Amino acid sequence: MTAPVLAVHEVTKEYGAGDARVRALRGVSLTVDRGDYVAIMGASGSGKSTLMNILGCLDVPTSGTYLVDGTDVGALDERRLAILRNRKIGFVFQSFNLIPRMSALANVELPLAYGGVRAGERRRRALAALERVGLSERVHHEPSELSGGQQQRVAIARALVTAPALLLADEPTGNLDTDSTRDVLTILDHLSVGGRTIVLITHEDDVAEHAKRVIRLVDGRIVEDRRNAPVDGPPPRRAGVGA
Amino acid sequence: MNALEVLRFAARGLAANKMRSVLTTLGILIGVAAVILLTAVGEGSSRAITADIQALGANTLTVSSSTAGGGGGGGGGFRALLGGGPPGGGGGQQNSGPRTQARPLTLDDARALADKADAPSVRSVSPVVTAQQQAAVYEGASHTIQQLVGTYPAYFEASNKPVAKGGYFTADDVLAARKIVVIGQTVAENLFGTVDPIDKRITIGGVPFTVVGVLKEAGSSSGFQDADDVAIAPLPAVQQSLTGFGPLGQVIVQATSAATVDAAQREITAVLNQRHGITGDQSADYRILNQATLQETVTAATGTFTVLLAAVAAISLLVGGIGITNIMLVTVTERTREIGIRKAIGAPKGAILGQFLAEATMLSLVGGLLGVALGVLGSQFTIAGVRPVVVPASVALALGVSVAIGLFFGGYPAGRAARLRPIEALRHE
Repeated sequence: MTAPVLAVHEVTKEYGAGDARVRALRGVSLTVDRGDYVAIMGASGSGKSTLMNILGCLDVPTSGTYLVDGTDVGALDERRLAILRNRKIGFVFQSFNLIPRMSALANVELPLAYGGVRAGERRRRALAALERVGLSERVHHEPSELSGGQQQRVAIARALVTAPALLLADEPTGNLDTDSTRDVLTILDHLSVGGRTIVLITHEDDVAEHAKRVIRLVDGRIVEDRRNAPVDGPPPRRAGVGA
Repeated sequence: MNALEVLRFAARGLAANKMRSVLTTLGILIGVAAVILLTAVGEGSSRAITADIQALGANTLTVSSSTAGGGGGGGGGFRALLGGGPPGGGGGQQNSGPRTQARPLTLDDARALADKADAPSVRSVSPVVTAQQQAAVYEGASHTIQQLVGTYPAYFEASNKPVAKGGYFTADDVLAARKIVVIGQTVAENLFGTVDPIDKRITIGGVPFTVVGVLKEAGSSSGFQDADDVAIAPLPAVQQSLTGFGPLGQVIVQATSAATVDAAQREITAVLNQRHGITGDQSADYRILNQATLQETVTAATGTFTVLLAAVAAISLLVGGIGITNIMLVTVTERTREIGIRKAIGAPKGAILGQFLAEATMLSLVGGLLGVALGVLGSQFTIAGVRPVVVPASVALALGVSVAIGLFFGGYPAGRAARLRPIEALRHE
């Protein structure tokens, strides 16, 4: 048995000080195994985004330990943390966060460039990633020339192109219409079938139904951890979507 | 992520904002070009003035009579210098002062100055009379000579006027008061055209003169007087026919060497004070223009002038620098979110800092180099009558300052942004 992709132990996060102190996370412990598809749900202010940012190594916890692929993130220096973000984690944001005035292809190539991949190889892998999200026709378009759904698919391609151990998605469908939402969820289902570990945040039940495991956060604590499908099986809504 | 990659990223970053990049470059370009050009103009004019002074002759002192005021005297001399004309220009017209006891310079004064016993530092003495605006005619061609100078042969050396063609007149010619003349280039061209003027007879003010030589072109006709529009004849010949045997306009004294100019000046002062009966606190009725002192004064003045121009240029560079600073700060602040995204997908701090530094360097270097090119190119043209001389230090300074400003103000905020946690940079709007 390999180490879990994610192992979070008693993580807390506090903002501010004194009376203005906000305890966003009050001790969260969580283990995610390879191949799992986890949805983290919760109301606004439940701390789910804070948790996500910590999982994505974008923020640091106030206390507690956090291991990605067996590596303790807290012990890493700035340089190693950048390498970890680059190699192990793919992050998809609610607001896409593509770099403006750069083509879709250049956006997808970016993590590979920072990872030190050669130009030819980089291009090949970026084109493959864009093909996987169905955007082969639009590789030279800039983000402003793409629809929201297309932008999010570029963002997913960018997150996947380094073949990360973990794909994190922070409300990936939050800014999308129904059709685009379905496109994105289909892609995520396919990735899950392909064995990719996915953690996504959502407050929509429709989206959460796609996950094999649903975790509910309230006031910075896990209140529910429900499994809808086995870790090594297909995602529950796979058949329905595929039809 | 190698250096080439970082440069490519930077180039892409600049291309993404063409207008802003071009304007920033333009700001630096103008600042750098202004510094180079203005200091070049300052240097050029300072050199031109120095050359003008040197053209008046080496180690010479010009004695001219003056009104007792004193203050106005120096100014008149300076004006004559700036005009680039022969030394008779300013002095000659001022020789009749209102002071009754003021004595004019006479030929006897000049002879006294030539006395080796009283003035051992004096090498030669050339008494000078000048006649302005003399009509000269040669076979129907006529020309008004601005300055007709009557003097001794030593004048040619003392006032640095060698002949290009023909010869000088001699001491014998002076004694015999022969009507012969050495003419300047302008006179030769206007009267003779392509004809060889040597041994031709011209009439000046109705008096016939034979041309024996043509002066080498002085060239520097800056200001209102053409230094080549002169004719030089033996002193008595001019006095007989044109000016009369009145007072001298000036006496040009050449010192034995550069080191003895000051000694010569003291000796002249002593001799003239005695001859003119000037004692103690009485102010002299003559003045002595010392080339060396004058040169020092003028060099100091033009130095101030150059510093002034450099200050103006430095201000424009400063304004350009503030422009760069502003653009860089705006660029980095505006792109803090982008920095956050880049960090989130695993960009190391060095790569981000490198990209922004490279962008800033490219902007300021390209702008700076174009500015150098423009400044040097502009210095090839004559500006306001001055031929600019590029000062290498100004090129290095202007380029260095603009690049340093670009690097610092591009690098500092980028470094600050790159040190942020990704989530902080991402939240930045």
